[in-house]
Amino acid sequence: MRVVEKRQLLSAEEISRTLQRLAHEIVEKSGGTKDLALIGVRRRGVPLSERLAKTVKDFSGVDIPVGTIDITLYRDDLSTVGPQPVVHSNEISFSVDDRDLVIVDDVLYTGRTVRAAMNGLFDLGRPKRIRLCVLIDRGHREMPIEATFIGNSVQTSDTEIVEVHLKEIDGDERVVLVDRVP
Amino acid sequence: MLQRLEHLLGIEDLTREQISFILDQAKPFQEFQRHPLKKLATLRGKTVAIAFFENSTRTRISFSTAAARLGADTMNLQAEASSLKKGESLLDTVRTLEAMRPDGLVIRHSSSGAPEFVADRLGVPVINAGDGTHEHPTQALLDALTIRDRKGHLEGWNLTILGDVLHSRVARSNVHLLSKFGVRITLCGPAMWVPRELETLAPNVRRVTRVEEALDGADVIIALRVQTERLHEPALAAEEYILRYQLTPQRLQLARPGALVLHPGPMIRGLEIDGAVADGPQSCVLEQVANGLAIRMALLYHLVGGAAVEPPPAKPPEKAQ
Repeated sequence: MRVVEKRQLLSAEEISRTLQRLAHEIVEKSGGTKDLALIGVRRRGVPLSERLAKTVKDFSGVDIPVGTIDITLYRDDLSTVGPQPVVHSNEISFSVDDRDLVIVDDVLYTGRTVRAAMNGLFDLGRPKRIRLCVLIDRGHREMPIEATFIGNSVQTSDTEIVEVHLKEIDGDERVVLVDRVP
Repeated sequence: MLQRLEHLLGIEDLTREQISFILDQAKPFQEFQRHPLKKLATLRGKTVAIAFFENSTRTRISFSTAAARLGADTMNLQAEASSLKKGESLLDTVRTLEAMRPDGLVIRHSSSGAPEFVADRLGVPVINAGDGTHEHPTQALLDALTIRDRKGHLEGWNLTILGDVLHSRVARSNVHLLSKFGVRITLCGPAMWVPRELETLAPNVRRVTRVEEALDGADVIIALRVQTERLHEPALAAEEYILRYQLTPQRLQLARPGALVLHPGPMIRGLEIDGAVADGPQSCVLEQVANGLAIRMALLYHLVGGAAVEPPPAKPPEKAQ
């Protein structure tokens, strides 16, 4: 079984333009920045949420709060695969009560990660609203979860993997579709 | 690659990397204690047996709370040490526990080595909550976390342990842990409680009889509880202990400025420690308690949560003689 790159979905420039558009969309569809806060899902949701917040600051002058959430403790597949994964802390320095939250992640697939993220957020308080922003929606939902803000929708098969490379974590910057072939 | 931990029986056999990993993994659980809702479903459906054969309130409650906050159920066994031969009664206990099929066991026992004895036979992860005068690994871990949080690192400073070191499993575990990080350790207390042999426990350990000498240059001080029942073996008046070894504000001044004061608890104010020191800015006792919960949650998460679906077959119990 090996992994083969099938095609590039987004170049560095396309990622940048997509994030610009998403930042504007979030503010537009929220009627402004009041009570707005972004929650980046570890790992790649974190730099994405930071970039979105920076873009919002650039065009509106407003600093919207950004937090990060680690969903390891809320996953539904623990204890089925050997040693436990490493846990990390959340970093949410503001209260989530009555906040208009947007969860930010790189890829929306089965929806289980977002379910876990919501569980984590509800342990912290009672947000006014939670919506979801993803760079790529690749279908195959196993939970009744939808994203309000979508960078790109891509049709994928079960064996394919959408790999998001971000310079803060991976060094390079692009989104590729890879496949596992025998 | 971090060698996977199956049990936590003691600090002596852990590597620096394993210890650092546990301390790092306690951080998210420290943050968790500040959540309004302190309940996870991570260990839902798992049962942790908490078997204390020695009296303890604090450690037992700490482990129970850690398990409950992770969503696990607990079985609380509190038993007096049996008057039967120690080996026999422990085997009976092991059989009883096996019959209830827990997913993990936390055990405190008055016999050194009891947790290992049980771990060899039970087939589930075992955490030592204190065995005889041997080890109290979770105490050393929470002490290390407390010190690391305050000082930033665990390397290259001076530790003084004050009190009845001979009978202290807490002291032993702390010596094992901190010496692995290059901490220089001074043991001090009444001569019969700090025998010369303790210097061989680990590298960089020395023994000193005068408290003034022991505190000079100390960056961290661990004051041990005087086990009042032992004040009679041989006779040592409490007043004499206080006069010669009590950690007073004046004696604390002999240590480095801002030196940390730790105590495994429960404290006897006015005996091994002066109330002003216990409540002062250098005292870390409340942080120790909070960190105990985080450490125990991290251990239960990794050991009980991560157990293989098929535990290794338990050795059949030996037939009674």
